[in-house]
Amino acid sequence: MGLSLSNPLVFFFFILALFAFFSLAFQSDELLVDDDEFGLEGGIQFQLEHAFGDSDFFTAGTFTARLKTWNHGGQTLTKLRFSRNAFSAEEKEKFSRLLQGDDFYRIRLPSNVLSPPGRDFVVSSVKARCLPRDALDEHIVINTDGVNILGVNYGAPGACPYPRQLKLPSKWSFNSHTILKNTEQAPRAPIFTEDILGGEGGEGETVPPPERSFWAKYWMYLIPLGLIVMNAITQAMNLPEEQAAGQAQQPTAVQRGAPPSAVRRR
Amino acid sequence: MAMAIRVSLLLLLTLFQPIFSLYEDQVGLMDWHQQYIGKVKHAVFHTQKATRKRVVVSTEENVIASLDLRHGEIFWRHVLGSNDAVDGIDIALGKYVITLSSGGSILRAWNLPDGHLVWESFLQGSKTSKSSLSLPTNLKVDKDNLILVFGKGSLHAVSSIDGEVVWKKDFSDESIEVQQVIRPSDSEVIYAVGSVGSSQFEAYAINARNGELLKKNGAAFPGGFSGDMLLVSDDLVVALDATKSNLVTINFHDGIKFQQTHLSNFVGDSFGTAVLLPLKLQEMFAVEINGFVLFIRATGKGNLEVVDKVNNAAVVSDPLLLSEGQTAFALIHYGDGKIHLRVKLVLDWNNDLLKESVALDHQRGFIQRVFINSYIRTDRSNGFRALVVMEDHSLLLLQQGAIVWSREDGLASIVDVATSELPVEKDGVSVAKVEENLFEWLKGHLLKLKGTLMLASPEDVAAIQGMRLKNSEKSKMTRDHNGFRKLIVVLTRAGKLFALHTGDGRVVWSLLLPSLRNSACKHPTGLSIYQWQVPHHHALDENPSVLIVGRCGQSSDAPGVLSFVDTYTGKEISSSSLTHSIIQVIPLQLTDSTEQRLHLLIDVNRHAYLYPRTPEAISIFQHEFSNIYWYSVDADKGIIKGYALKSNSGEVLDEYSFDSRDLWSVVFPSDSEKIIATAARKLNEVVHTQAKIIADHDIMYKYISKNLLFVATVAPKASGEIGTATPEESWLVVYLIDTITGRILHRVTHHGSQGPVHAVFSENWVIYHYFNLRAHRYEMSVIEIYDESRAANKDVWKLVLGKHNLTSPISSYSRTEVVTKSQSYFFTHSVKAISVTSTAKGITSKQLLIGTIADQVLAVDKRFLDPRRSFNPTQAEKEEGIIPLTDSLPIIPQSYVTHALRVEGLRGMVAVPAKLESTTLVFVYGVDLFYTRIAPSRTYDSLTEDFNYALLLITIVALVAAICVTWVLSEKKDLRDKWR
Repeated sequence: MGLSLSNPLVFFFFILALFAFFSLAFQSDELLVDDDEFGLEGGIQFQLEHAFGDSDFFTAGTFTARLKTWNHGGQTLTKLRFSRNAFSAEEKEKFSRLLQGDDFYRIRLPSNVLSPPGRDFVVSSVKARCLPRDALDEHIVINTDGVNILGVNYGAPGACPYPRQLKLPSKWSFNSHTILKNTEQAPRAPIFTEDILGGEGGEGETVPPPERSFWAKYWMYLIPLGLIVMNAITQAMNLPEEQAAGQAQQPTAVQRGAPPSAVRRR
Repeated sequence: MAMAIRVSLLLLLTLFQPIFSLYEDQVGLMDWHQQYIGKVKHAVFHTQKATRKRVVVSTEENVIASLDLRHGEIFWRHVLGSNDAVDGIDIALGKYVITLSSGGSILRAWNLPDGHLVWESFLQGSKTSKSSLSLPTNLKVDKDNLILVFGKGSLHAVSSIDGEVVWKKDFSDESIEVQQVIRPSDSEVIYAVGSVGSSQFEAYAINARNGELLKKNGAAFPGGFSGDMLLVSDDLVVALDATKSNLVTINFHDGIKFQQTHLSNFVGDSFGTAVLLPLKLQEMFAVEINGFVLFIRATGKGNLEVVDKVNNAAVVSDPLLLSEGQTAFALIHYGDGKIHLRVKLVLDWNNDLLKESVALDHQRGFIQRVFINSYIRTDRSNGFRALVVMEDHSLLLLQQGAIVWSREDGLASIVDVATSELPVEKDGVSVAKVEENLFEWLKGHLLKLKGTLMLASPEDVAAIQGMRLKNSEKSKMTRDHNGFRKLIVVLTRAGKLFALHTGDGRVVWSLLLPSLRNSACKHPTGLSIYQWQVPHHHALDENPSVLIVGRCGQSSDAPGVLSFVDTYTGKEISSSSLTHSIIQVIPLQLTDSTEQRLHLLIDVNRHAYLYPRTPEAISIFQHEFSNIYWYSVDADKGIIKGYALKSNSGEVLDEYSFDSRDLWSVVFPSDSEKIIATAARKLNEVVHTQAKIIADHDIMYKYISKNLLFVATVAPKASGEIGTATPEESWLVVYLIDTITGRILHRVTHHGSQGPVHAVFSENWVIYHYFNLRAHRYEMSVIEIYDESRAANKDVWKLVLGKHNLTSPISSYSRTEVVTKSQSYFFTHSVKAISVTSTAKGITSKQLLIGTIADQVLAVDKRFLDPRRSFNPTQAEKEEGIIPLTDSLPIIPQSYVTHALRVEGLRGMVAVPAKLESTTLVFVYGVDLFYTRIAPSRTYDSLTEDFNYALLLITIVALVAAICVTWVLSEKKDLRDKWR
């Protein structure tokens, strides 16, 4: 039943899958040219530099990106790629020393990719012990605004629990994950022009009454009063019940008994 | 049974009814309000032919006030805007107070008795210049007294009746910089004198009736002038030459004649810098030189002779016209705990009209200004009263050798606020006190009983109200169980500390900080207060103390001053003048064995210094050495930087100072973004729950980090006032930045919006207020931050088996996975300050405290700023307390914390938790002070103060009696039944 082609939805997906299969099967022989790699228009490069502890910065890798120019004149970076230089022996040793001392591994990027370094470098740092897993894992989020780099979030792609354990990487190569991040648009304030009156009505509900209510003032007296009243009612209800029961059994006796008791009380 | 359910339902309803407001009779029970005016800079007395003698003053807080000369109370008061500084005041026609403000461009007349604005004139001018206000007597045009105003490079004659500009003479085309405007008495000519460039003197003669230029004289003085020119008499001006070593007298009536006198004629050959004192003494002037004030009389044709030489601590008043041709002035100085006042005639230097010494009860520092007024004594001689402005900005009225009244107007300029606990109550109270109190107590409760049973007469009601207000319980000098009684320690701009009691707002002690007044310290400024020692637990015998950080000088690289003050006694325990500057103070989360908090001070060179400087502190500090980070925001450059400490190496001053290292930086593009606001969480804030259970029984973990910084930037074009930029060229970008790693966790752009931005950061949310140019309205946005990395802990089995990461420490170096929820709402008011309530355990829901433009404080429930509000909340969401979405935030008149009062010139709000979880203490300061305590979720953990215990007792007694009676009755009934 479930796979029956009579169900139009399933049929539709089946057709879609068929097309997908065919499109997968088709292989274009067109040569895909990557603009950036051929240094075509809009290609741009900037350096990632690193430092071990408080040392100076050295080139550590190269970012390549495409500069896309929009109709309104704005420019944004797209198609970011990163090639990391392998650690030299000296750098390995320096890095090991950072790991030993739980020190900082620092990186920096220019704050403007067109005229590096721009006003200043954008610096980020991480405790070196956060990076090694099997290899060295790094996660780089570059916050951009057009051709400007505001800040860079640099660190391990996962958790880096404290206290940090000393662990040497088995492979001295970097697994780099890079992300370009631009600003988001804020959600607009909701505008209910037609509902403004209704909204005010809603506000009206929350307006507390100007006077303290009767209950708020006298609840401490009213509750005992209520209890007394309830007590009285239950008593009153019990009485007739008793009487009713008594009447059912000895209707005459009570009637007879009542006048003498009244007499007795006198 | 049904009845019982109904009763409990009703009870529940009354409990959940949101009541924020006070009742009329509760005003003043737990709040107080104090009115101040600030440091007085001008004063005009109005005593003749007046039934209520008063003095009209203007202050450095831009306040104009009329004070009762008998008691010092405020008759009326106006707080002008913060950019509307008063340049001069005077009284016209005997009924108007004339004020000139905003650099000589706004002239206003206020009705003297009640302070109503009579008229207001905007005087046009093209350039900024000195401004002066003068009300010449008997300069009449059509029965109208003219007011002469010089400001913005123009001379205006303004009618004092309606503020019309009668004539105007513009000097902006001429290059003259007018120094003085003179109208010799009974003359029809006004002279405007000044300099062109540095050496040309010019005098303009102007017709006083129509402003026509009659004559213009000018002459070059080869020596050049420096500083201001001073008017000595109707035709004589005195100035210093460019070298500041010659006095130049300039006679300008008939042609211009210069005459030079070398200062060495008066003081000998060696002298320091000379300064002409801006006094208005007739035919006399004063020069301050070598720490002395020389009084020099100009006789005849510019001949000078020294009359007297006094210490420069002496302050001179403006001259006061006693009778025709007789002017008097006051010379006053402070010494040996006394104010020494002398009143002299200008023409008769050797005799004192009045000489008296007034003892001061406590430290108020030196005298800064004096204003005198005369009256006729019973023996027909002249008496004088003096209004004295002291170094601590307090105002005193002296008369007959005594202080008639004093005002602590330093409290109008609070710089920083801290709170302190009061001493713990000692056991053992005398019996006599109890006995006396017992009768009072009974009487009080009888009155209250009457009040509740509506039997009280109006006098009784007044007595009850008075009793509640005077409740001695609340102004005791000991700690209370609920933590309502505290000391508010405030630092004023004058460098004085005040301790205010939260019960009634009285000043418990005050201290003009001696370390800031050190002679080695020029231009001392108090910066901030920090809690230095808050003893609890094991150090209870220590008194708590605060740290006051100050600076010797205006620039940020001036050396710092630290002062430690005991908050019980108000005495300075110790102080130190530092060799380094202070640009940042970081209170650490570490305390030593005496509960002294460790502080890290950062200087301009980014060196860190540890205080207190004890071996114990350093050993505690070393443990956390590698976990100490801080950041700096450079709004001018648009760079935020993060730092950590560098272990001591290389150039080390001593073991308490450390180098810093740059860890991260965020660089905002200068062409598109400019930092206008930052906000961070309060360090001492307590968060009760880390998770939030949302309607569908799902859990969201709050991202609670003390190391988050909210930053708002705007387009540089739109950083001016609202209306200077179009919506297209203005945007507001907000950031959430982790201050340990410098990672930007969240970033969002509001197009078409601009500042000013006011923000508050608390728990896992930030709320900010800005202007939306497209909607032409103010908006408030909320961002709530939730932690995704802990979202996997929802599985109960994981919790049971311990496979969760809830107890592992959170590290900033882990990759943060946060989700944010945000929403914007319109808000009617513009905002002066924004703050949030805080409670002892963080359980009570929060309210935003918004200081509105009308100088009131509005409490808005955080629930209204919930990003999860939706147009049509589901039943489950409604149960959770989510309010249906509206486009604007409601302003409920009853939720004004300040009820009917205004905290004029509101600048800041401080919320301090009380010991009682439901309650927050709120202190609001500006020109006025206001204190109250609020309960954002109502006082669910205590009975209200007006709860009538006596009636409760009576009810219980009545119930017991009723039980007895019914018991007896039922016994009788049983007996009867048995007899049957």
